[in-house]
Amino acid sequence: MTEYQNIFNRVQIRGETYPGVPLPPDTDDRFGQPIFSYWAGKLGNAQIGPIYLGGLGLASAICFGIAAAVVGLNFLAQVNWDWIQFVRQFFWLALEPPLPQYGLTFPPLAQGGWWLITGFFLTASILLWWARMYTRAKALGLGTHVSWAFAAAIFFYLSLGFFRPILMGSWGEGVPFGIFPHLDWTAAISIRFGNLYYNPFHMLSIAFLYGSAVLFAMHAGTLLAVSRYGGEREIEQIVDRGTAVERAMLFWRWQIGFNATIESFHRWGYWFAVLTVITAGIGILLTGTVVDNWYLWAVKHGVAPSYPPVFPPVTDPALISGVPQ
Amino acid sequence: MRLGFSAVVGLTAIVGAVFVATTFTTPPLDSVQRGYRGTGQIQSYQDRAYTRLTAANQAPEVIPAVDPEGQKASVGYTNLKVLGDLDKAEFDRLMMAITNWVSPDAGCNYCHNPENMASDELYTKVVARRMLEMVSTINTKYKAHVANTGVTCYTCHRGQPVPGYIWYTDPNLSHASGYAQAPTGQNKAAAVVGYTSLPYDVFTPFLKEANDLRIISQTALPQRDAGARKSIMQAEWTYGAMAHISDGLGVNCTYCHNTRSFTEWSQSSPQRAVAWYAIRHVRELNNTYLDPLAPILPANRLGALGDAPKINCTTCHQGVFKPLLGVSQLKDYPELATTLTAKK
Repeated sequence: MTEYQNIFNRVQIRGETYPGVPLPPDTDDRFGQPIFSYWAGKLGNAQIGPIYLGGLGLASAICFGIAAAVVGLNFLAQVNWDWIQFVRQFFWLALEPPLPQYGLTFPPLAQGGWWLITGFFLTASILLWWARMYTRAKALGLGTHVSWAFAAAIFFYLSLGFFRPILMGSWGEGVPFGIFPHLDWTAAISIRFGNLYYNPFHMLSIAFLYGSAVLFAMHAGTLLAVSRYGGEREIEQIVDRGTAVERAMLFWRWQIGFNATIESFHRWGYWFAVLTVITAGIGILLTGTVVDNWYLWAVKHGVAPSYPPVFPPVTDPALISGVPQ
Repeated sequence: MRLGFSAVVGLTAIVGAVFVATTFTTPPLDSVQRGYRGTGQIQSYQDRAYTRLTAANQAPEVIPAVDPEGQKASVGYTNLKVLGDLDKAEFDRLMMAITNWVSPDAGCNYCHNPENMASDELYTKVVARRMLEMVSTINTKYKAHVANTGVTCYTCHRGQPVPGYIWYTDPNLSHASGYAQAPTGQNKAAAVVGYTSLPYDVFTPFLKEANDLRIISQTALPQRDAGARKSIMQAEWTYGAMAHISDGLGVNCTYCHNTRSFTEWSQSSPQRAVAWYAIRHVRELNNTYLDPLAPILPANRLGALGDAPKINCTTCHQGVFKPLLGVSQLKDYPELATTLTAKK
């Protein structure tokens, strides 16, 4: 009974390692001796490897390595090559974009040039990985859905660090590379542009993000609940519904009068996930380019309510004449 | 080696407990609503921190008032440039008070040569005289900030010759030179900005130089004059400065702001206007009284760039919304609320 209430796999299938289907003659070999890992088996498949790297994967890995090295060396320089401080302050360190006065020119390396170089190689790495994802899906005879979902995320990434800075005419509008710094940047862009919560695309993105989590929980919960009837074999059940799927669908129909089907539910999940980043990207592209203060925009369009005053009237001291500025 | 399942769970639990205990504020917490309901304008207080801050910010005992001698201090003493017009008995009482406030351990000799009390040979005496002028200026000219509560030496000094919370311009010395990214003034674990990665020397640009803190536009749509446009980077500097104010006063952002629109004055609390004056007040004190002391201070009192110690919000507030929780001692030392200027 408890098998299906555990977040870890309780059953691990161990046989001969499976190298995968034979590859066409003109492609690289997969490499690595496959092994079984007990702990990997707790989370997913116990077999690790072999992996297919290929030209795109190799190029992507090299570009990522260059980006990581540039960021890491700049982090180290920030703490004067002190490894202990590097570890202690790792979450605080950052590679910052160029100062706004450089506009869209290529600044000196020390003034943000490294940020542009890192951005170039990281973007190259991500795009190459996208191409690898696409070609691997094709090689396996799959649809390319995962790569298009990844493309949506790449659109958001490029909106933040590439498209929007170009629209604003300044690389300085980009995001720093760093753990806490990019979070503080996120707060700062919201403050600077008058509160991103009033950006309708930010609202949509949050709705899709939270909606994704709800859909994920509904789907995973339903499927785990019927896995005792073989419900996790979803694909077969799309064409041949067994008792698992019938029960799962009845469960929701009885509750809310309407139910997804085992095929439609994945479209819901896919589009909620993809729209999270697409709407986020649109919201970012509008910020500063089309709207400069989202709060005032929301007031103008009747989105932001007004509240009764609680404090005595406060006026901007800078507007009072005779006050030293 | 294969770890048992329970060992993994146990290790995870220990790591998790350390993370929770070192990351989160421990209960009980009180929250006090200040603004309109639903706007989140609350102040949060943690019981133990509240108790600690209350204990640390008690006003000192007042020296009992004395009967005037009817004779000016300048008659009995020489070289009195600031306090000469005080009654001699009141002058002596004030000197006692200053000793208790500033140098209770070293006593009178921290500033005075015991062989010749009138002598200005110790730099500390020259600084003390200038500080008296500063206190008088604060209490007479900056009522928009200090109201009638005012300040005494103790507000900052708290029984120490050098106040516990001072700042110097940051020299970025820990940074390597060469082709690497030049110092950006941020991205360091710094207590003054609440351990964010925001710019940490927010004092030099805002409490010494008069850079504009305002970064939020006043129009819904972008204006054509892109030259005046404020960048996200500037927003980070303002954000850091605000984090310092919040930290120094032990208040949330919502003490002054309705966070749905930080810039909107009509939705702010009256304290925001006080803070507006306070920023200009502190800036002027740093430029008029504190930074110019650098030439007479010994090297061990100067910052890495040779600048004098300067003040920020924490210097007086020390973690509470009003220094010494709003207790005024000006009525006990009324001479500090009068205009004191050094005579040549």
